[in-house]
Amino acid sequence: MRLNYPTNVKIVKVPCTGRVDILLILRAFESGVDGVYLAGCLEGECHFLRGNLRAKKRVQYAKKLLDEVGLGGTRLEMYNMSSAQGQRFAEVAREMTEKIRVLGPSPVKKNVKREA
Amino acid sequence: MIVANRKSLEEILNMLKPYKKVILLGCNECVTVCAAGGEREVGVLASEIRLSRAKDGQEIEIKEQTLERQCDHEYIDQVRPFVGDYEVILSVACGAGIQYVAEKYRSKVVLPGVNTTFLGVTLEQGVWSERCQGCGECVLHLTGGVCPIARCAKSLLNGPCGGSSNGKCEVDKDLDCGWQLIIDRLKELNQLDRYEEIIPVKDWTSSRDGGPRKRLREDLRL
Repeated sequence: MRLNYPTNVKIVKVPCTGRVDILLILRAFESGVDGVYLAGCLEGECHFLRGNLRAKKRVQYAKKLLDEVGLGGTRLEMYNMSSAQGQRFAEVAREMTEKIRVLGPSPVKKNVKREA
Repeated sequence: MIVANRKSLEEILNMLKPYKKVILLGCNECVTVCAAGGEREVGVLASEIRLSRAKDGQEIEIKEQTLERQCDHEYIDQVRPFVGDYEVILSVACGAGIQYVAEKYRSKVVLPGVNTTFLGVTLEQGVWSERCQGCGECVLHLTGGVCPIARCAKSLLNGPCGGSSNGKCEVDKDLDCGWQLIIDRLKELNQLDRYEEIIPVKDWTSSRDGGPRKRLREDLRL
């Protein structure tokens, strides 16, 4: 479709959002990212049956953990879309970017050691 | 298995305040099954601690290690090569494991990362329930395989109390009445006559009430 979406969004491809573990999300924040979102299949249409439902539960749990840590659970979100919905993908990328822009950079960022 | 649940992050961070180098010790047995202190939970906890410290601009070095068990010498010994490089050990094994680690590494402060609760079973993924109190004198053969000590809120030995209603305990509407379960089970097994047999007053000396317990098998001692 050649739609534009914000360049700050880095995509990590997984076969199913069910592959995403809580540790992956937390490690992402440890590396200094400002926000994380999961884009999974529409509910009821997971190619692997329930992967996106597992991801939803994990995202809810991880949001709680992030609140406890003090980073804020609002930096993590779960979105559902069909792989045919190119427009929605771009829309979500813009929406999330805007949300994170308002929240500001991650307080962890300044302490991230960058490998030379 | 022994069911435990992880202490709140706030409590753990408080315990770790004075330290910068921590060994986070997990256990591959019971606490893994109840998702409180296994390898995965060790990873998540370490990540949470690092994030929290980084957020406040402070450093912390955490060595994550999950031992097979923390209740046996041989496994705890695996920590010996590097224990000297760290200030404190935060263990997320059950209380027995945490104490054993403390006994073995006497010069190190050992902190508990979990609250150890009960002996229980997995009802479904994510749900664990109490089944045994370790009373030391099992009567499961008399009660159709349901324990009156662990599953009755009052640990009654000869039938339900007046608070049992519709199979639920008066203590909590979601708690099954232990004696209702026993009677149902005895009916299923055609052993309802056992219900008439009086179980005598319990001798609690075989339980924790008799003091900390020890078990010996002389034939196994080298």
